[in-house]
Amino acid sequence: MTTALFSIAGAMAVVAAVLVVTSRRIVHAALWLVVALGAVAGCFGVLHAEFVALVQILVYVGAIVVLVLFAMMLTKAPTNPLPGLTTGRSPFAAAVALVLALILGTGVVVAFGNEKVKPVPAGSAESVGNAVFRSWVLPFEVLSVLLLAALIGAIVLSQRSGRLSEPSEPVSGAEGGDD
Amino acid sequence: MPLVLPLLLAVLLFCIGVYGVLARRNAITLLMSFELMLNAVNLNLVAFDAWRLDGLATGQTLAVFVITIAAAEIGLGLAIVLLLFRGHGHVDVDAARDLVEVDHRVETIDRAEKGTDR
Repeated sequence: MTTALFSIAGAMAVVAAVLVVTSRRIVHAALWLVVALGAVAGCFGVLHAEFVALVQILVYVGAIVVLVLFAMMLTKAPTNPLPGLTTGRSPFAAAVALVLALILGTGVVVAFGNEKVKPVPAGSAESVGNAVFRSWVLPFEVLSVLLLAALIGAIVLSQRSGRLSEPSEPVSGAEGGDD
Repeated sequence: MPLVLPLLLAVLLFCIGVYGVLARRNAITLLMSFELMLNAVNLNLVAFDAWRLDGLATGQTLAVFVITIAAAEIGLGLAIVLLLFRGHGHVDVDAARDLVEVDHRVETIDRAEKGTDR
């Protein structure tokens, strides 16, 4: 039962992921990303990581994809199909991805070919919360500092852009002095 | 359920992400491919957590941490993409060649020749 559910969700994830990287309409790619991330969340649910599945839907679908769509609006992404969205070296990229998939796939099958996931008890937020605030407190705090740094970095980047677009006087002055 | 099923799915998602990073031109689609690759890693973490069952939910905790890092990464990445768009008017990573390597040897030889001419 779980195998069938996982296979369905996994197939959906793979098909949607392929459409994300091959779609010629950039907005459609972002919307297929929602499907792919939702299907992966379903896989998490089948593996009894319900809390991770909910966080995935909350953060990825709720925040990240919305952020991506906003960035598309701000960069005036066209909604018509763009043939130039994929570069001419895509056959080489496909070859690299295929070889990597073969290597990783054979490695995984050789290493874990006959291991089975036992039917696990339903996961709860309690165990994850205990783990976060008991054995993983230090990484948790480091991660909060990292988030703060990323926030400040994003603000600084988007503020300095206004000044950078203007012609900068000191650089040309320095060059003049050098001459 | 065989453990290879989620692991092979993760391999497929990761390789699709690699293809997207290598073949796409728009910076935002590049970031979306990064998200696919991070999701593959999360799937591995959760699958091994369900396999090992160490009682500490280590894999699930790390997966939540990776999701947080992905949020920070996409925020910074999109700020950089917007900066690129304001400076250049496009988000084409192939045409963004501000950090292109110039041949320093040729440049120094040129400068040295100019110096001797003067």
